[in-house]
Amino acid sequence: MKVSFFPGCSLEGTAREYGESIQTVCSTLNVVLEELDDWTCCGASSAHCTSRYLATALPGRNLALAESVGSDLVTPCAACFSRLKTAVHELSGSDSVAREYALKRPVNVRHILEFLCSEEMVQGIEERIVKPLTGLKALSYYGCLLVRPPNITEEPHWEDPRSLDALLIHLGAECIYWSYKTECCGGSLLLTNVDISRRLIGRMLDMACETEAECIVTACPLCQVNLDTRQDEIGELNKKEYSIPVFYFSELMGLAFNEPDAGKWLRRHIVDPQPLLKAKGLL
Amino acid sequence: MNIVKGASFIKKGRVFDDVFACYQCCKCSAGCPVAFAMDLLPHQIIRHLIYHDTEKALASHTIWMCASCQTCNTRCPNEIDIAGVMDELRHMHIQSGRYPAEPATPLFHHTFLNEIQKHGRIHELSLMQRYTFKRRKLPGKGNLQDMLYDMKLGLKLFLRGKISLWPHRGRSRSEVAAIFKHEHGNKKT
Ligand code: SF4
Ligand code: SF4
Repeated sequence: MKVSFFPGCSLEGTAREYGESIQTVCSTLNVVLEELDDWTCCGASSAHCTSRYLATALPGRNLALAESVGSDLVTPCAACFSRLKTAVHELSGSDSVAREYALKRPVNVRHILEFLCSEEMVQGIEERIVKPLTGLKALSYYGCLLVRPPNITEEPHWEDPRSLDALLIHLGAECIYWSYKTECCGGSLLLTNVDISRRLIGRMLDMACETEAECIVTACPLCQVNLDTRQDEIGELNKKEYSIPVFYFSELMGLAFNEPDAGKWLRRHIVDPQPLLKAKGLL
Repeated sequence: MNIVKGASFIKKGRVFDDVFACYQCCKCSAGCPVAFAMDLLPHQIIRHLIYHDTEKALASHTIWMCASCQTCNTRCPNEIDIAGVMDELRHMHIQSGRYPAEPATPLFHHTFLNEIQKHGRIHELSLMQRYTFKRRKLPGKGNLQDMLYDMKLGLKLFLRGKISLWPHRGRSRSEVAAIFKHEHGNKKT
């Protein structure tokens, strides 16, 4: 199967292992991710906070590229997903602010989690699991923009989404239920109001520690970086100790598929997940 | 009275038309993750707009602190796009050229968009360098402890191969530049 792929800017930097694991897992599943030729930034929060035109035209340019290719557009980032999908709405309407990017037919923008959890993929995943994640207690974390607002994301269970839970169970892990699945981690405030972000992340880590879970699983580069990289400093400020590994769901798929590259991805984390995985016999 | 002024403001944005449906149930504020840090809660922002007191909303810290998490609009029983209202207020504020209650936030957005304008994509390292440099003059920001945390983290990220040193150089930069040119043209009219 072949789809267009919009990686987003962080896959070239802080979320490298997300990109690497996605590529590996998709090639194992015989999915060809065709990177949009010469894609540009979707504008993220900064565009929609600044002007309606930029918020539409920046993703609009990429949607025009995808439209000319003609297949579904898959993206691994929740923020890109949200911006691209909002722009599809905007550009399909009659009073669009960026007419030059008007779409003749709406591009089907999909988040890679939804794509890999879809009916058509389940069979393939099932067949490739050689090392089920038995005994791994995981929390699923969806964050904001993957699920909200539902009129844009088309998520049927926006207060209690289940696709990632189902995938984790499918991979053999134990999915622990918690009420922070779709809480905001304050990622967009990290560089401007770090105190607010720390408090939001801290709350989440506290809740994670209260459950019996051993790791958090995300499907967004911004969420993962936010939860993984600040545990030390928040612990120091809160006089607590946090060291809970934060995975990308694609890394766990790679582990279950017994991909030889998995160790390389995991070494890029700030909170080292390797001791946990070794203890479980998964690495 | 600023009712007339407020009303003319309100006509500008599409999402503003819906605020009159608000019956102040406070569901938006109850679920807002940043409410603890806001000077005006989301339902209060909406209330000020209903009273045509756009000024109060524009002067608030709230419009810059909102994390755009979309919880409020998802839950509002009257389908008011509160996060969209926050966006419109920010747009109005930026266009007005006034000094914001939270100067770091629009400065960050400005720097971020400049990076896109220049490279087509975000290059994290150069964004951080430019933003840190520009931010140094803002009052009360960037204390030593935070800078130390950031430096320590930067080193760890570097050692793990997560910092790309050079920005991407796409063919499309002229196309992106045209988008920004159009945007600046929009602003002048
Ligand atoms: S949730 Fe909607 S109706 Fe209720 S106070 Fe907020 S804006 Fe008003
Ligand atoms: S979008 Fe903004 S105002 Fe609404 S709940 Fe989130 S942070 Fe609060």
